Amino acid sequence: MSTTLLQMRGIVKTFPGVRALDGVDLEVRTGEVHCLLGQNGAGKSTLIKVLAGAQRPDEGTIEWGGNTVSLRSPAAAMKLGIATIYQELDLVDGLSVAENIFLGHEPTTVGFARRAEMRRNARRLLERLGHGEIDPAREVGELSSASKQLVSMARALSLDARLIVMDEPSAVLAHDEISGLFRVIEELTRQGIAIVYISHRLDEIREIGDRITVLKDGRTVAEDLPAAGTPTERVVSLMTGRSMVSAFPERNPVSAPDRQSELLRVAELSRTGEFEDISFTVRGGEIVGIAGLVGSGRSEILQTVYGARKPRDGGVELDGGRLPPGNVRAAVRAGMGLAPEERKSQALVPYESIAHNVSLAALGRYTRLGWVDRTGEQAAAEEVTTALRLQPSDTKQPVRVLSGGNQQKAVVARWLLTDCRVLLLDEPTRGVDVGAKAEIYALVRELADSGVGVLLVSSEIPEVLGLSDRVLVLREGRIVRESPAHEVDEAEVLDLFIEGSAA
Amino acid sequence: MTEQSQADTVPASESRSATAAAPRTRSARARFSDGNQRQILGLLGVLVILIAVGSFTTDNFFEVSNLVLLLSQASIIGVLSIGMTFVIISGGIDLSVGAIIALASVWATTGATQEFGLWGMLFTALVVAGVCGLINGVLIAYGGLVSLIVTIAGLASYRGMATLISGGQPQVVRVDGFGAIATTEFLGIPLLVYMFAATVVVGWLLLNRTTFGRHVFAVGGNAEAARLAGIDVRRTRTIVFVLSGLCCAVAAIMLTARTATGASTHGNLYELDAIAAVILGGTLLSGGRGTLIGSILGVVVFTTVNNIFVLNNLSTPIQQIAKGVIIVIAVLLQRRANKESTG
Repeated sequence: MSTTLLQMRGIVKTFPGVRALDGVDLEVRTGEVHCLLGQNGAGKSTLIKVLAGAQRPDEGTIEWGGNTVSLRSPAAAMKLGIATIYQELDLVDGLSVAENIFLGHEPTTVGFARRAEMRRNARRLLERLGHGEIDPAREVGELSSASKQLVSMARALSLDARLIVMDEPSAVLAHDEISGLFRVIEELTRQGIAIVYISHRLDEIREIGDRITVLKDGRTVAEDLPAAGTPTERVVSLMTGRSMVSAFPERNPVSAPDRQSELLRVAELSRTGEFEDISFTVRGGEIVGIAGLVGSGRSEILQTVYGARKPRDGGVELDGGRLPPGNVRAAVRAGMGLAPEERKSQALVPYESIAHNVSLAALGRYTRLGWVDRTGEQAAAEEVTTALRLQPSDTKQPVRVLSGGNQQKAVVARWLLTDCRVLLLDEPTRGVDVGAKAEIYALVRELADSGVGVLLVSSEIPEVLGLSDRVLVLREGRIVRESPAHEVDEAEVLDLFIEGSAA
Repeated sequence: MTEQSQADTVPASESRSATAAAPRTRSARARFSDGNQRQILGLLGVLVILIAVGSFTTDNFFEVSNLVLLLSQASIIGVLSIGMTFVIISGGIDLSVGAIIALASVWATTGATQEFGLWGMLFTALVVAGVCGLINGVLIAYGGLVSLIVTIAGLASYRGMATLISGGQPQVVRVDGFGAIATTEFLGIPLLVYMFAATVVVGWLLLNRTTFGRHVFAVGGNAEAARLAGIDVRRTRTIVFVLSGLCCAVAAIMLTARTATGASTHGNLYELDAIAAVILGGTLLSGGRGTLIGSILGVVVFTTVNNIFVLNNLSTPIQQIAKGVIIVIAVLLQRRANKESTG
């Protein structure tokens, strides 16, 4: 099976001020799942763009099936048989599945698309992926993320792709959907198609991958590592350049939650079709984690507590005071803060500087009669970002230059400035690389130790169990189990997801 | 992360107390950085070229009277472009400004209003235009309608009202004090120019030095993020349109004084000139980014082009073509600059 399909050597790509790729080697064989690992900023995205023909390298050679090629445009890459499935899927929501699959290369007769043939071929491609149940006539906008991904893959197949690059394909999928994705990948590799698989989740790479290439600071630091056999510590130390410390901080017995007073009380909260009868409390200094599958209502609960959605029934009390339902400003004023799931679209203002993003919610503190005290604002923003070790340290840089982990720090910094007493974290480490994850965990624990009550939602069960003091397990919009975090393990939670039995 | 560094991360209350001690790097000019700066330098370059062209092709370009004329011509659209800058940065558009000018001008010059004298007329213009802006803002922010649609409706109905009130006839200004607005000069510079300058200063402070200004950028850059940060997005949007309305009032006063009439035909297509100037000034049509200085330079560039064409006796159609070409070239240059700055 293993002839070399793609061989990249010494790829260099510089942007003004940045050497994004500084000598990358990558060798991919036919029919393998080749995993590309690296922290955010290591150069993975740039490398993908080079492969997709979207960026042209400054130096280096690319061989495809033994011949030197130049990927001068996306069309050239596609013609060779390289397809890329981006994290943000590039599908047109308003068009049908079949139209999306054949977008740009529709079978036509004198300019008219042969629609029946398109549908037939689309169905054949979807069946090849083992998902013949997706109707080619359906509008893509109505599909789930998992189905959209399949449409993207069918599109790749329709272009006779021999190499498919998948950029964090599992990030948008629920637990059970991931195993479906893996079945599709196995099917593709059996047909001789090579996959370049990018993911932050080492367990996935173990399960599906054949070999690993590790990037760090724009360079290949390790090649040809066996995916299943390389110990986690080795991978992490290659990626970060330092040895791994325990990911989760110790729970601190000094701030034992039962000695702190109750801060947040959520009583019988319900929203039609999303969740029912949700009641729980969070004490000062406590981290409460909500574990649930995608669609279990976990993010919706967080948003409703925060006032970004209006509940049908039930209420939220903060420090004994009842919050008006569906009123974010009242919640913020009372001392609540939300770090939302989608940082880019829900938390950050892209053109504004880091400092302005950090001070956004606390601007009132630096304002007299509507006038912003810019010195005080700037100083406070720098103080808190320095404390959180946010990179880059120049807070006048626009916020969009930040990596995932640093974006999250900027959002947390925002709520530190408001004197936030209850912090709601929705997927705090999504899109955050391994090294920065540990930092975020430590930060959350320290916040709790300083008396803040933290409510955490995550799709990664180990994260919920490792970081929280107390865990709520959510299934189809209802809490099916509440217990101290150290009393449940991952298998039990998974079991609850599936069975829903309140064991 | 070492134990020690963890210890100095939080709590927040401690970090805040030390704000005064924190180091200050170069003074806080984040808004005026990279892309914006390049934008403004580019416009200044264009202006220098235009001035060179003006001085070579004509004899009287540099005469004081011509420069003063140029500035007072720039004043009315200039004032409009200030309100428009707020609207566009907040992510909206206001196509009704020309119509609001007409309505304010007509209402301030009816026989009944003129009975109240100068101050009554000024007050009427401000209230009428402010309320028009308020109606736009409330429909957009609280009614959830798209600003393009609402202000197209405004464009039609406000001018319709102006025609209805005036009966389609121009109304002569009989109050002497009002006409004096256009003729008064200090130090050889018309009052109109001072009014323009005052509006620029107020607008600049509002946009760059107040919480409200910051909220405008946040709402335009990412409305959902602003909402989740506890900002009153709807109030911010409403105020932005009221501001635009108030700028229309000032422009209406200036125009009415200059022409000594209130007319329902006043301000026709001014919205396009104002929008063009704002875009030329580098403000993103999608919101979240822009400068007031850029808009002002945009207005000055357009006015200078007009001025040079008039001095050279070139026809209006050629002026219009030149304007279109300038807009396209400027936006193309901006795109290149933006690409370079984002990599």
